[in-house]
Amino acid sequence: MSSKIFAVLVIVIALASAVPIIHHSFLGATVAPPQDISTHGYEIDKQMDETMLEAGLSFLAAQLVLGFFVWQFGGRKDGVLKNFPGGAKYLVLAAVLLVGAEVIALGAMGTKAWAKVYFDKPSADAMPVQVQAGQFAFYFHYPGPDGKFGTIHPEKIDEGSGNYFGLADDDPAAKDDIQSGEFVIPVNREIHLMMHGKDVGHSFYVRELRIQQDFVPGIDLSMHFTATKIGRYEIVCTQLCGLGHYNMKAYLNVMSQEDFDKWLKSQAG
Amino acid sequence: MPEQAVHVHQAPTGFIRKYVFSLDHKIIGLQYYALAFVAVFTGMVLSWLMRIHLVWPNAPIPGLGLLSKTGAPGGIVTPEYYLQLMTMHGTLMVFFVLTNAPFAAFGNYFLPIQIGAEDMAFPRFNMMSFWTTFIAFCVLVSAFFVGDGPPLSGWTAYAPLSAVGGDPGPGQAVGQTLWGLSIFIFCIASLLGSLNFIATTLDLRTKGMTLSRMPIVSWAWFITSCIALLAFAVLLPACLLLILDRVAGTSFFVPSGLNISDHMQPHQGGSPLLWQHLFWFFGHPEVYIAILPAIGIVSHILICNMRKDMLSHKVLVYCMMAIGFLSYMVWGHHMFLSGMNPFSALVFSFPTLVITIPATIMTLIWLGSLYGSNLRINSASLFCLGFISMFVSGGVSGFFLAQPSIDIYLHATYFVVGHFHMVMGVAAIMGVFAGTYFWFPKMTGRMMNETLGKWHFFLTFIGTYAIFMPFHYLGLAGNVRRYSAFTDDYLVPLVPVHKFITFAALFTGAAQLIFIFNLFYSRFKGAPAPANPWECTSLEWSTPSSPPPFDNFGGKHPVVYHDPYQYGVKSSTGDYLMQTSPEQAGQTP
Amino acid sequence: MNRQQVFVSVLAITVLVCCGSLLLNKTVSAAGEGKITGTVKLDGEAPHMKPIDMSKDPYCVKANPTPQKFQNVVAGSGGGLENVVLYISDGLSNPTESTAVQVFDQKNCMYSPHVLAMDIGQTFKVQTSDQTAHNIHPNPNPMTGNIPWNQSQPPGAPPVEKSWKATEFIEVKCNIHPWMHGWFAVVKGPYAVTDENGNFTIQNVPPGSYTVSAWQEVYGTQTAKVTVAAGGSAKADFTFKAK
Repeated sequence: MSSKIFAVLVIVIALASAVPIIHHSFLGATVAPPQDISTHGYEIDKQMDETMLEAGLSFLAAQLVLGFFVWQFGGRKDGVLKNFPGGAKYLVLAAVLLVGAEVIALGAMGTKAWAKVYFDKPSADAMPVQVQAGQFAFYFHYPGPDGKFGTIHPEKIDEGSGNYFGLADDDPAAKDDIQSGEFVIPVNREIHLMMHGKDVGHSFYVRELRIQQDFVPGIDLSMHFTATKIGRYEIVCTQLCGLGHYNMKAYLNVMSQEDFDKWLKSQAG
Repeated sequence: MPEQAVHVHQAPTGFIRKYVFSLDHKIIGLQYYALAFVAVFTGMVLSWLMRIHLVWPNAPIPGLGLLSKTGAPGGIVTPEYYLQLMTMHGTLMVFFVLTNAPFAAFGNYFLPIQIGAEDMAFPRFNMMSFWTTFIAFCVLVSAFFVGDGPPLSGWTAYAPLSAVGGDPGPGQAVGQTLWGLSIFIFCIASLLGSLNFIATTLDLRTKGMTLSRMPIVSWAWFITSCIALLAFAVLLPACLLLILDRVAGTSFFVPSGLNISDHMQPHQGGSPLLWQHLFWFFGHPEVYIAILPAIGIVSHILICNMRKDMLSHKVLVYCMMAIGFLSYMVWGHHMFLSGMNPFSALVFSFPTLVITIPATIMTLIWLGSLYGSNLRINSASLFCLGFISMFVSGGVSGFFLAQPSIDIYLHATYFVVGHFHMVMGVAAIMGVFAGTYFWFPKMTGRMMNETLGKWHFFLTFIGTYAIFMPFHYLGLAGNVRRYSAFTDDYLVPLVPVHKFITFAALFTGAAQLIFIFNLFYSRFKGAPAPANPWECTSLEWSTPSSPPPFDNFGGKHPVVYHDPYQYGVKSSTGDYLMQTSPEQAGQTP
Repeated sequence: MNRQQVFVSVLAITVLVCCGSLLLNKTVSAAGEGKITGTVKLDGEAPHMKPIDMSKDPYCVKANPTPQKFQNVVAGSGGGLENVVLYISDGLSNPTESTAVQVFDQKNCMYSPHVLAMDIGQTFKVQTSDQTAHNIHPNPNPMTGNIPWNQSQPPGAPPVEKSWKATEFIEVKCNIHPWMHGWFAVVKGPYAVTDENGNFTIQNVPPGSYTVSAWQEVYGTQTAKVTVAAGGSAKADFTFKAK
């Protein structure tokens, strides 16, 4: 009796688990990645779909076989013992060949997606922006008309008066710099984002952009991407950074080039 | 050749020597079990508090205000207290439950018996490892009662958050130091313990007990202790360096120029990535320290209940070795997005994906062995089947996270939380439950109640799926982990899913009351157990009494004549042949 | 004694002392306590205070339809300087202790008041009127004997009661909303904080000659010498030069 219950249960659970994956919805909530707004994201999505297909089928197959065998053989008394046809050898062989092929195929394909994000260099005309993460806010730093960033002085940082990057009054490069709490960028323009950690570890995650990268205090990293859709998106922190971690966020505002120029002007004033 | 008589060791008679500072590996095993038991239910209550806070953030929890006046003023959990609960939940579960229960507790109790030894190789070391673990536990729990409470940096304690003292948040002053100290002590205990396991396995096997005749679960404990020896040997100095950064002003993990909450930090020259490398060099093998003993326990119990050997239990042992070996090459997959060289992500990704191969082989062997078996259904074997189901579910999600490109989207989301809870948490705990139902007659001389056991299994099985499967959906929606509230626009619509999970967690937790009741009821009122209730072949079932006498075999050294799993044979005892039976196996029918 | 009992007894004692000092004040004032009044002005153009970018927390954006500005220098019309702390830095032998419980509110993601002056040991209450969680993180110099703390206050959480042990100007910030920045000005003896026109009155000053100090968070401290007659009123004006 218990074996039948288990068999049914495991099959029902396996099938039910797959439903929200196929329908992208669970209890009325959308449970799928949002629409991709980047130029590199489709590779990641493709990789995710391939993996979902292969992992999903393996999952279903294994659970169904488990349920079926337990239904069939669970609670059987004094039946004639049989061995699986072919024994261990063929199962091992199958696992090595099938999974091995899958590993190599997915590994190779995934490398392409990874390379698009990490190995391609940003183009020369990418727009440079600095981002700084600190407990518990992101700040964005635009170089202004001179195209030069003022130097960051950690000891001069004063969030209580708006000097988020610790720019010095006597730094000529800093004179026309813009410091913002909102990440405003023009659409369809490559952004070269230079990342600076102010205090502890943080991370920069925009679901729609298919971008996530840690801030490492002491190491300045960079990322590059192109947003293809006008809109307002949330940037959130994904590296545990302290009590305000859950509320460490900023908005990414993707604008048309004209709106962006207007915004730059309003900030400079 | 008959069993050899040896001189009988006298059991200690005083209460203290017998039950507290005992040298008997069986008592020490039970002590580990008891400690894990306390830790797992503490951890579970902490997870309840977290789940309740997540969906009813402003609801005061009665009594909690007394535990922490600043962390939960009026019983309302603050963001920092949520993270403190989370840190303690993770630390308790990983170190004091998943490392202790399947490995130290059952291993201590049954490894010496299964190989025919009287005790562990170094009984005094053994006692010392338990009491050192106990001290580590006390130090950790004491963090609840100091200054502003336990640390909030998670069980991974990433630097610089964990390395700079009180500036970055409450709990990061005294609490974090206590955490480092506790884990440091725990490492010493684990090193002593694993050395002891290795020496015992290699030196104390009885006559005829060749390595290849060891039951698969003894192999699992042996392989695990080899992994633990290397893993804790790295975490130990890492914790020491962390403590030095905190109290002695060194800068191993803290770079220069940090401005934390308007305080310039005096450190310079350290690297936060160094901590991550050292921690995960331990941290990934730790996952296998939790799961390999469970794999061994489950295989051992399944073989007995299937009344036939696995298609090849030796292949399972080789797979465990392969996993143990590979576990040292994959730590970087926790750090794909940490800022390390992106080429190394590919290097770490490959062996991670390759681990799928031994894991798949194991799954196929389990499934293939079920075919054509006379599978007996009882609480123990049900938990084994539940383990296989969970192992598969938690395993396939690993396939996503092993790929750096997908990790860009899924890293640090609930997908990861769902993955490791299923494969390392639930699966390993199912192994512990299976072991408990299976070995309880040997440990106490009484049977556990089967009806309650089956109810416990089914409710737990449904409950854990209801909790952890939706975690994966949340992850796919990009729900970031370690958030104490969901204020982001895109997270608010996901709150109904969180409510569902919270109800499931409360339900599953409540179902464990059945287990607790069964455990204590059966201990005192359970039906008396026969010597070999499951008709098993391994040595633990050939001891003269249940529980076994002080020296396990009543003044004799057993002699082993067979491979461990002689089932489905014709013999005078029925369809199986004890390892100690000099009788030659009949035909496989 | 549990916390509640302590709280109740502290409250009872506070009420008693308040009543007592009110009575005393009446008699003592009659017997000759005076006051110091004056105005603090800014000479020159006030620096431009940028509007605060609260975009990270939509609650705060919604709570402030017109964006708030930073409050490091707040000069009123006519050059009066707000949020300047006035206190007697020299000449006071036996100051009466201030006992009133002051409130430091977190409202619309700003601190109200921006500068809270208080006596050593004087209790103050930190409360929140917001529907978003704040953390209160004062950063005193531990060498003074003041102990730093950092504690969250989610919506609906009870007020936090605290006091300071030593004189110090202590910056307080909210890490969750890093623009939230204020001061606890801990002084010894009577004190006052200028209003939006730069006016102040230090009450309850016994007759005598004193050094009065005026402290502003950006411009620092200025001093003046005054003599207070019994029951009289002395005047002290200050002018800070805009940088």
